[in-house]
Amino acid sequence: MGFLGFLIRRFLNAAVLLLAVVVLNFLLINLAPGSIVDTIAGEMGGISQELMDKIRAEYGLDRPLYVQLWSYVVRVVQGDLGYSYFYNAPVTELILDALPQTLLLVSTALLLALVVGTVFGVIAARNRNGLFSHFITIFALVGFSAPVFWTGIMLLIGFASLIPIFPPAGMANPGTPVGTIDYVIDVLYHMVLPVVTLALIYLAFYSRLARASMLDVLGADYIRTARAKGLSQRIVVYKHALRNALIPIVTIAGLQFAQILSGAVLVEAVFTWPGLGTVALEAILRRDGPTILGILFFSSVVVVIFNLLTDLTYSLIDPRIRVEARQ
Amino acid sequence: MSDAAETAIAAELESIAVEQPLREAARMFLRNGVAVLGLVLLIAVLILTLVVPHFYPVDPFDLVWAPFSPPGTENAPLGTDYLGRDILAGIIHGGSATLAVGASAALITIVIGIAVGSLAGFYGGWVDDLLMRVTEFFQVLPTLLFAMVIVALFEPTIVNVAAAIGVVSWTAVARLARSEFLRIRSLDYVKAARAIGSRNNRIIWRVILPNAMPPLVVQSALTVGIAILFEAGLSFLGLSDPNVMSWGFMVGSNRAYLLDAWWTVTIPGFCIFLTVLSVSLIGDGLNDALNPKLRQR
Repeated sequence: MGFLGFLIRRFLNAAVLLLAVVVLNFLLINLAPGSIVDTIAGEMGGISQELMDKIRAEYGLDRPLYVQLWSYVVRVVQGDLGYSYFYNAPVTELILDALPQTLLLVSTALLLALVVGTVFGVIAARNRNGLFSHFITIFALVGFSAPVFWTGIMLLIGFASLIPIFPPAGMANPGTPVGTIDYVIDVLYHMVLPVVTLALIYLAFYSRLARASMLDVLGADYIRTARAKGLSQRIVVYKHALRNALIPIVTIAGLQFAQILSGAVLVEAVFTWPGLGTVALEAILRRDGPTILGILFFSSVVVVIFNLLTDLTYSLIDPRIRVEARQ
Repeated sequence: MSDAAETAIAAELESIAVEQPLREAARMFLRNGVAVLGLVLLIAVLILTLVVPHFYPVDPFDLVWAPFSPPGTENAPLGTDYLGRDILAGIIHGGSATLAVGASAALITIVIGIAVGSLAGFYGGWVDDLLMRVTEFFQVLPTLLFAMVIVALFEPTIVNVAAAIGVVSWTAVARLARSEFLRIRSLDYVKAARAIGSRNNRIIWRVILPNAMPPLVVQSALTVGIAILFEAGLSFLGLSDPNVMSWGFMVGSNRAYLLDAWWTVTIPGFCIFLTVLSVSLIGDGLNDALNPKLRQR
């Protein structure tokens, strides 16, 4: 079994995982106390029997459970995640509308943290008992321990209230016309605090990871060889060590990016950023079943895709992984 | 060999093997200033949330004074929130929910994680395959979002919140336990235990598990911190039990007024931070004490 076999196995695995998520979603709808129709009815402040029957038929609640499950799976496969009665829009459309804002926020923060974190880690690793190295250790501990919503609020109090240089909420001023240069600047300006908040947690994590990874690599035999050849410290650190130390960092970044939504929900809530996290929270507070489960499924898809990509990239770099996966 | 004799020999061996390193680790832990700081912090937090409430019997939901009274106000030393509730009472009474949820969620996480990981690592084969597929499945679920969904679909009681956090967090522990079991199960002393006729149950829980504990203990400390942050996040979003005061809930319910009344959000958030920090410091200290080889990092 060659690379193709490996590919097929991975894809099948991913498909089975997603199918399991769909089934779990379905079970959640059916296990939760009160049917989804009651929830919708309660949310809309009582609805007519006619509309109730319509919703019931739409969800197929009059049919046996396995028939319902099958039709649910079929609809999800077709990209139909249901209809939100709270937002009055198809769930797929809701998700795709909110996604770009979240992607903008999270990828900027992650990229910033990745670059700065790697630089911090490398500096700290070059002098492992130096002041900066200790600073990184403390910084990582603090970054891990501070609740992200609190960090965001502290930044807001500091830089939107005490020193009012950044806007306290939203993604752009309502008056700015969309699509102009002013709009881009406005968005960038609104992005600063939420991006910094989100980046700080990742940064704490990456600087520590980069430091550990660099120390690990710097102790390896081929680094000793490079040094023995008489290469300068600079070339050894940046050309030989950093390249190899980056592998685990990038891998973990890929895996973390997959968890974007979990990170985004709290930050979006603090800064009233109009992304997927905000939609998810609103849907949960309104007990908007289809939207909640749609977003849950969508984020699972994102996770699976990113895991798959990480796996594939990795197996291209390092053929040993293909062998291990088969065992 | 009789069962009793086997048990006696095994117990003797275990006590020799386990006690010395434990004492050594405890000594190293206590010599580590940062770790001791974490321990002191944690004890302070525990006293604040478990003992002090008896001496400050103000109901955190009572409206005691004018809304938005700043710290230093008579009757409300740390000020009041947007409804006029006493912040100090909230701080004192709001910690127990956070700690209770954090501790029980961590316990659920550790128990599920160790059970799944050790069985997978010990038996291998189809057991391992099956359990790892299950683990992969739970890893695919977006953690905070899934916990939010569970809490929203069912009632947000303390038990449900703890269960929700436990269900989404156990995979890391399981993977760690599995890799430790895979490593240890082929070591000589496990073969020796087999040779004297110990049953699988005994080998798993009395022979391998104690030796797999060091990294698991460190991971458990991390888990407690993560669980507390989870609880805080959920109650910040308004998804915790509305009848129980908690630090996260205080920050969340006051966040609309954060620009005017900084104390309502700063103080409870700082308490969460200190609590998690204490656990992280202890975890770091445990890591140094239990894995001395890693100390030069």
